[in-house]
Formats: sequence, structure tokens, C-alpha cells
Amino acid sequence: MDRFVERLVAEVLDRFGSDRTRLMDMLWEVQRARGHISEDAIAALARGLDMSVPDVAETVTFYHFFRTAPFAQHVIYLADTVIARMNGYDEVRAALIAATGADFGVHDGTGQFGLDNAPCIGLSDQEPAMLVDDVVFSGLTPEKVHEIVAQLRSGKSAEELANPNAYEKTSVHYVDAVAEAKILKSGPVMFQEGRDYPALVRSIVERTPEEIIREVDASDIRGRGGAGFPAGLKWRLAREAEGAEKYVICNADEGEPGTFKDRALLTHAAKDVLLGMIAAAHTVGSRTGIIYLRAEYWYLKAFLEGQIEAFRAEGLLGSDILGSGLDFEIRIQMGAGAYVCGDETALIESCEGKRGTPRVKPPFPIQHGYLGMPTVVNNVETFALCSQIIDKGGAWFTAMGTEQSSGTRLLSISGDCERPGIYEIEWGITLDEVLKMVGAETAVAVQISGPSGEMLRVDQDRFRKFCYSDLSCNGSLMVFNGSRDLLDIARHFTEFFVNESCGICTPCRSGGVDLLTKIDRVIAGRAVQQDLDDFRLWGKLMMRTSRCGLGTTAPNPILTTLDKFPELYEAKLNDAKSALLASFDMEDAMSAFDSAVDNLVREDV
Amino acid sequence: MSFTITIDKRKVLVDEGCTLIDAAADNGVFIPNLCYTRGKPCLGTCRVCSVRVNGKVTAACTVPVQPGMVVDVNEPEVAEMRKLLVEALFSEGNHNCPSCEKSGRCELQAVAYEVEMTASPFPYRFPKREREDAADHIFLERDRCIFCQRCVEHVRDEETGQAIFAIHGRGTKARIEIDVGLANKLTPEQVHAAAELCPVGCILEKGVGFEDPMGSRKFDVKSLRRRMLEGETS
Amino acid sequence: MTLDSVPKEVIFSHDMPAKALDPELRKAREAKVQIATISLCGCWGCNLSLLDTDEALVDLLDKVHITRSSFTDIKRIPGQIAVGLIEGGVANDENIETLEHFREHCDILIATGACAIWGGVPSMRNMHGLEACLREAYVDSPTRPVQSAPVVPHHPDIPKLTKKVYPVHEVVQIDYSIPGCPPDGRTMFKVIDDLLSGRGFSMPPDFNRFD
Repeated sequence: MDRFVERLVAEVLDRFGSDRTRLMDMLWEVQRARGHISEDAIAALARGLDMSVPDVAETVTFYHFFRTAPFAQHVIYLADTVIARMNGYDEVRAALIAATGADFGVHDGTGQFGLDNAPCIGLSDQEPAMLVDDVVFSGLTPEKVHEIVAQLRSGKSAEELANPNAYEKTSVHYVDAVAEAKILKSGPVMFQEGRDYPALVRSIVERTPEEIIREVDASDIRGRGGAGFPAGLKWRLAREAEGAEKYVICNADEGEPGTFKDRALLTHAAKDVLLGMIAAAHTVGSRTGIIYLRAEYWYLKAFLEGQIEAFRAEGLLGSDILGSGLDFEIRIQMGAGAYVCGDETALIESCEGKRGTPRVKPPFPIQHGYLGMPTVVNNVETFALCSQIIDKGGAWFTAMGTEQSSGTRLLSISGDCERPGIYEIEWGITLDEVLKMVGAETAVAVQISGPSGEMLRVDQDRFRKFCYSDLSCNGSLMVFNGSRDLLDIARHFTEFFVNESCGICTPCRSGGVDLLTKIDRVIAGRAVQQDLDDFRLWGKLMMRTSRCGLGTTAPNPILTTLDKFPELYEAKLNDAKSALLASFDMEDAMSAFDSAVDNLVREDV
Repeated sequence: MSFTITIDKRKVLVDEGCTLIDAAADNGVFIPNLCYTRGKPCLGTCRVCSVRVNGKVTAACTVPVQPGMVVDVNEPEVAEMRKLLVEALFSEGNHNCPSCEKSGRCELQAVAYEVEMTASPFPYRFPKREREDAADHIFLERDRCIFCQRCVEHVRDEETGQAIFAIHGRGTKARIEIDVGLANKLTPEQVHAAAELCPVGCILEKGVGFEDPMGSRKFDVKSLRRRMLEGETS
Repeated sequence: MTLDSVPKEVIFSHDMPAKALDPELRKAREAKVQIATISLCGCWGCNLSLLDTDEALVDLLDKVHITRSSFTDIKRIPGQIAVGLIEGGVANDENIETLEHFREHCDILIATGACAIWGGVPSMRNMHGLEACLREAYVDSPTRPVQSAPVVPHHPDIPKLTKKVYPVHEVVQIDYSIPGCPPDGRTMFKVIDDLLSGRGFSMPPDFNRFD
């Protein structure tokens, strides 16, 4: 047993009161101190937490960023997304290999550099992008990669490179320096300057929970995470649910590829989010709030902690807020690389220190959530919007948008357009209007709501509206012009779901791989009509029987491209008349014998 | 309190608080399943008990019965889904029935017969999975694991309550692991119970092979369907 | 010259009975449903299971005529026939050619037994790779004669092994499958009888066996 590890784990256990529900934090402490979480560390944690070793390792091995073996001093995670691949990913990848001397999954020999993939890191408007230590570098070119690696080699830290003006980590300038939030259109709701937060908190705590819920109800606001559950109803149900404690959780796991608006909100409207959480806490009767922040946004952590601390210093958080008797504290829970934790029940499991596997529903979090208590989980944007609704009134909010879809929402725009970035729009805007706004005249296809959403065909869907009854979009739009290979894009999205499936249920764990195999068959020109029919049947199986939203939406990339662009698939079908199946690859089948004989015979000579 | 629900167009009386899968069995309707164990908390992992509840496909083990609920079990579309899920499990692992000690006692195999599976339409993957033999009395034959989580949730060290089995990795890289120290503390009866709980031939008792001849094995003697309808717990 | 380059019309000496059939017998046979069977990478156990139908086989032969099979030792299927029974998975190029021949000449193709359905015992090599298996068998084998050079069988006349063992339905279209290792004789009989009687294919739990 490594004495240093033993001491480290003892300290960590002590700091978190040997509370196994804080295992995620403890694992981060160990990994950040040692670069990985060794067998010894896992064993020591297991002893301290009265858990078996495999039980602790269950959590460790679930998350992409936790490592059980030493890797490298600087681990560089290059975001592998369809947007990056449109903007020079391959060249950047090759440059990283050349500059570092490492390869993906393999360090450089000295252990200074190691490379790995990451799914979307929330920078689709400025990709290719990579995560190095706690910071990110975007708009990458081979030259820029060589420059960054050379600087790191010379002993500079990634943080110094990303933050050359040496801003305090708690300042917004630091966050902006590391990852610029390109807010190209804001207002009338989001990113408002000069808000008087003490007065706003006072106006919340001076009202009764019933008054607040009435206002939220009156706004007709629906959750902005994607499912669109009415926020007022969620708060009311959690308020009415029985529970010794209640919790408010802000879902800042923004893992859906192509989405980056929560990052902008957390950077430029963090206090609005805190305000929304305080309103929810007052309403449901919660003393503890959690912001579940994805690990890819580590550079936001100190800033957010600073914002929380500033609120606390003004008496807007903590015990007896503004003398109202309301006690409310917020902590930040770091994720560790798992898209599925965007599901609210998986997120709660993760907050409890476990694998991010979605729970069986019912019961729902509003009845049985974090630590088994009634819990409100809302998206970052929902909290930010609620902070305005409570201030300006439900009627003010419903005056914007459409009758069924009130207010505004943020769009994260990326891909083939002149002005990628964040836009605030009123519900009811058409696809056509959005494309004109962002300078995407050449768009042929648009993926809305990320891979879990749908592919639109611009010539058919141009005048459809963004609203809950039509294009119920989570805010992400990836724009593709006629030069893009949509089959390749659908394949990439499908592979993303295979990599991110937690694997707890059969249809998602198994079906995703089968869809991927099949689309490879299409791309290789080895598919027949039966394969397209299988897409629909197997896709339906996953949609209907999967345990959570990941599995039910994982077939969407293939199904919606097949629906909107059938000619792309049909053009690839194999019409050779042979008794052998088109999918049977004779060349591959016969590829091993001769070389095996050669190898075995030559070796002996 | 009792109330009626409709299963396959037939009105049946069920008890409040009962899970749909049990309520169906109590009324003579068998719903295939692999992760559920009567009397134990629902795991909801295999999804093989998918049925239509008020028009929506749902895993029957996750549904508490509600008055007036309309359930379709043997409707062709959901029956096909259940069959596909079983077939997916067969192509995903290495389920070599002819050489498996659990054959004839295996719930996956028995359920496959019930859904009338012959060949899986999914590409057979032949994954490479290492077996684990470090524990004194237990083999883990990982080729056969279907990630039902029964052992993870229901088998615990009696003294400490600690988990003996755990799933490591995620998605296609998931694999079942065992705590050798805790496993070695299990009594022979507990080892036997763990092997029995495993719906496939993944958890095996060392030293126990093909105990009963073909024709006299558990499901040869009495089918899984009959056992479930008679309320046996696995 | 390889077998591949021989035109398919050419009849080898062992292809057909040497003597012309009695015309009456030929007519009677042609009136029956024609069936062919083969074992690819299998143990012939499924074919033997067909014999296990015992006296039912006699009734069956009133309705069917077995053309190409291990019983008749005819190598090719003469013309288009109704049913082909495939035993065994696909493990070499000769298996592929034979399977293709069956698909081309049979209206209905039925996979019989575990090996045809998913590869069976021979497919256990799929988890190790072809080279590792050949190494184990011919190079590192403990039964290899001491001090002799290892010989890995390879010759133009020997079929080349495929990279892995394939279920037959991953190589050609298969209409029905009869599980079992081997399938029970009564199950084989049931499937054939059902098809002959126009009842269609079914595999109820009472008949289905994977081992």
C-alpha cells in the first residue's frame, strides 16, 4: 500500500465525513492529487466507506474521466464531434499526435502527454476544440496545436496559456478568456444587466410559496432541458410531496452534442440561475441545492463558487436568508464524463456517488429523488427564466412566444453558417427565419436538439415553427450544407449513443451496436431493402422499450435521416443478384487464412 | 383493496399495490421476464416483460396496477418486441447452450422457448469475455452474463451488507465483477442460492456440473411458464 | 485447375447414380417433394437426427424423395427442388460454395441445429481468432511430434478456412431454423410435416430445444 495514497484517502474521507454519497467528490480529490485512482486508493476508500472494493470500482469505472491507471501529466481530450469533423478535426488530430509524440490512448513514452477522445465539450460554435487539464482551447488549427504543445513542453501550464492576462479564476474574465460565450442575440429575457439581486431575493422570500407557484404557473413555462414538463407543476408536486428534506438540483450537465447555451448562462447569468434555485427552494421548502456541473466545464467551477460566495456574503444564501427564516445552501457537484447523467434520475444517482444509471420510474424525483427525498431537477435555462418570471410576472412572459409555447429560449447554433453562437429567440420563429438570422443560406439539413433530436430537411421544413407543438427544440441547431455526408453524420451520432449508453437495459445497450453495424453496412454499399426495414423495426424496439431517454432517442439519427432523406439510403442499396447475401463480405471472410499460414510457417523458419 | 383491470380484453381482479407482472401471473397470464424476482425490488433492466399499458409500451415489472388499467400482453406487436429483446441477448453474448451447465435450468433459454425464438436476427457478435475463477466456490462465466443485476442488488454479505457482485465499465464494455473475499465467506447454501438466482449460467458453483440428465432438469420437469403462474420465486 | 473453374453443368462421375433409373421409379420419385440435406461445419448429428424419426421416416418417404444427401452420396442437387436442410456453420470456402449451391437450388432453405443457427461448437474459435487456433493446433500443440517442423495444412485442394465461423443466415437467406444440438427427430419431423401439409412453420415451446 502506497503510504501517500493511504494518507490522501484518509484526509479525503475525513473531509467528506466518510459519507459514501459523496464518493464522486472523493474520487475527484484522489484523481486530481494523483492523476489516477489506483487499486490501492479504491481499496482504501472501500474500507473507509464500509463498501466492498468492486462496489467502489463500479462508480470509478463508469465515468469517462476517471482513470484507474496512471496516464500522463497533461491529458489532452480532443472533442470528436460532427462539427469538429467539418472544421479540420482530422488535421488537428494528426497535429496533436505529431506534436506530442503520444497517440490516442497511448502516452508519449515519457508520460508528459497523453491523448484521448471526448464527446462534445460544449464548444460547437468554435470547434475543433480540446480539453487540456482544467481548461479548453478552441478554434484549433495544426499550427495552434503545435504552439500550445510547445508551450506546455516549455513548462507553462495550460491555464497560463488559456488565461494569458492572469485573471482571477473567480472572475468572469477568466471564464471568458478560457471559453468565450458568443452571445450574438440576447433579450428580452436572458442576460439582462444591472439586476438588483438582494431586492429580487427579498421579493421572493417575502412572498408565500403559493404566490410564487402561481406566478410560475401563469407563465406557462415548460422545462427547457428537453422533456418540456411544466415547471410550475413540478414545483407544486414537490412542494406537496411528503419528505423530511427536499432538494433543488440544477442540471448543468449540458452533454447533448451541439448544445452550449447553459455554459453561456452559467458564465453571464450565473446569479439568475442561483436566484431561480432560491425561488424553487423557498417554494418547495428545500434547504439544500446542488448544481450538477459537467466535468468538461471545470473552468467554471471556481467562478460559480465565487458567485455563490458573493450571494452568501450578501445574506442571499445560507441560514436565515435576509431574515426570512429560509435556510438554503448550494453546493456544486462535479460530474465526470457521462452523457447519460443529463437524465435527471441518472444525475441524482451520480450526486449520490453512484454510477449514472437512470432509475426505474415511477417513483419520480418529485416524490423520491436525491437521497430518497422529493427533489426538483430543472435545467440551467429554466432556473434563469424563472428568475425573470418571478420578477416581471407570468403575464409578461406569456406575452412573448406563442399561445402554447410562452416566452423565449436560447439557441445554440453551430455548423455551416456565418454566425455560429448563442441567440435568444421567441418561440414561434420559423426555421427559415433562424437560418437567415445566423447566415445559413446554403443549409440543406439541420439537426435540431442534438443527436437525440431530429434531422430536418430545409426544403421541406423551412416554414415549420419552433414551439412545443411543432419543433419542440432543446435549443441546439447544427446546420449542414449540401457538401456534408448525412449518412456519415448519422453514423457518428449513433456511435455517440453506443459510447454513452450506460448499458443497464437490453434495448439500448444491444440495439445501439446493431444499428451502428447496420449503418456501416449501408455506407459500405452492402445493404438491401430489408436492412432499411430493420432500421425501422429495431429503432421502434429501442424507442418503445428502453429504460430512459438515451435509449428511446438513440435511433433518431438514423430514423430521422431515413425519413427525411430516404434517397441517400436508397442510393446505397446493393441490387446485385446473388445467392450470397449482399451483407456477406467474402473478401473479409477469406482474409485471414493465407496470412495466418504465412505467419505461422515463416515464424518457424 | 381490490379493483379490476383489463388484461388481453379480460377483466381481472387485482390487489392495490401489486406489480402488474405479478397481477398478470395471479390471473393466469404469463409475461416473460429475466431480471424480475417475485417479492424482490424491481430492477427493470432486461425489458423482456414489455407489454402495452393504456396504449404505451412499458416494462410490466415497473408498473404498479391502477384501477381501470388496460393491458395488452399477447398482442402481436409487443409480443414481437419481447421476442426481439431475447434474441438481442443471444447475439450479444456467447450463449452456447449445448456446452452450458445451466442448460435446462436457464431462464434465458426457457424464456427463449416461450417467445418461440429460433435464430437471432441480430448479428452474432462473439465477444471476447474473460472468465473469472478466483473465488473458492464460484465461477463467473462472463460469456453468459446478461447484466440483469439480480446478483448485484440481491446478493449481499450478511454481516456487512456489502455488495459481492458489481458491474464495472459501462455500455458495451460493462462486465460483472466479484469480491473474492466476500464471496469466500458465503456458505455453500448461499453460493447455491446465488447460482440459482442467476438467470443464466454466469454464476456457477464450482464442483457442480451437469447434475440432472436431460429430461429431468428443472425446466424439463416443469416449464418456466408453469412455475411463474404458480407463483414460484425464480 | 481448381474446382471453381469447372462449369457447373459438368457432372462428375460421383454426382449421379451411374445407371439410368427405371422410368417408373423416376416418375414416382419426381412426383414427390424433393429434399436435399448437407452438413457444412457440423458433426452430421443433425442428419442423424433425421434418422431418429424412426418409423415416421417411412411415412415421410411416401411423400418426399431425398436427392442430394449423405444417405445418397450425390454431391449436387439435380435441378430445382423444394427443401434444403442445412446442418453446420460456415467455416471454409467449400462451405460457402455448397451453401450458395443449396440456396440457388432450393425453394426453402432450413437451418438445422446450433451450428447452422449460430456457429455452434466450431464457432468457439471466433473468440480466439483463426491464427491463434491454428497455432494452438499445429504449432504449439503438445501432441506435435518432438523435433519435427510444424505443419499447418494448406494446399490448393484443401478448403481455406474463413476468418470466423458464420451462422448460415449471415451468408445466404434462410427461411426457417430448427434449433437443437442436435434437434430432436420429432422436431425435425414436425417442421417438415407441417410444411408438407401446408400448416406453415412454427416452433412451440414443447418442441424447441437449444441443446
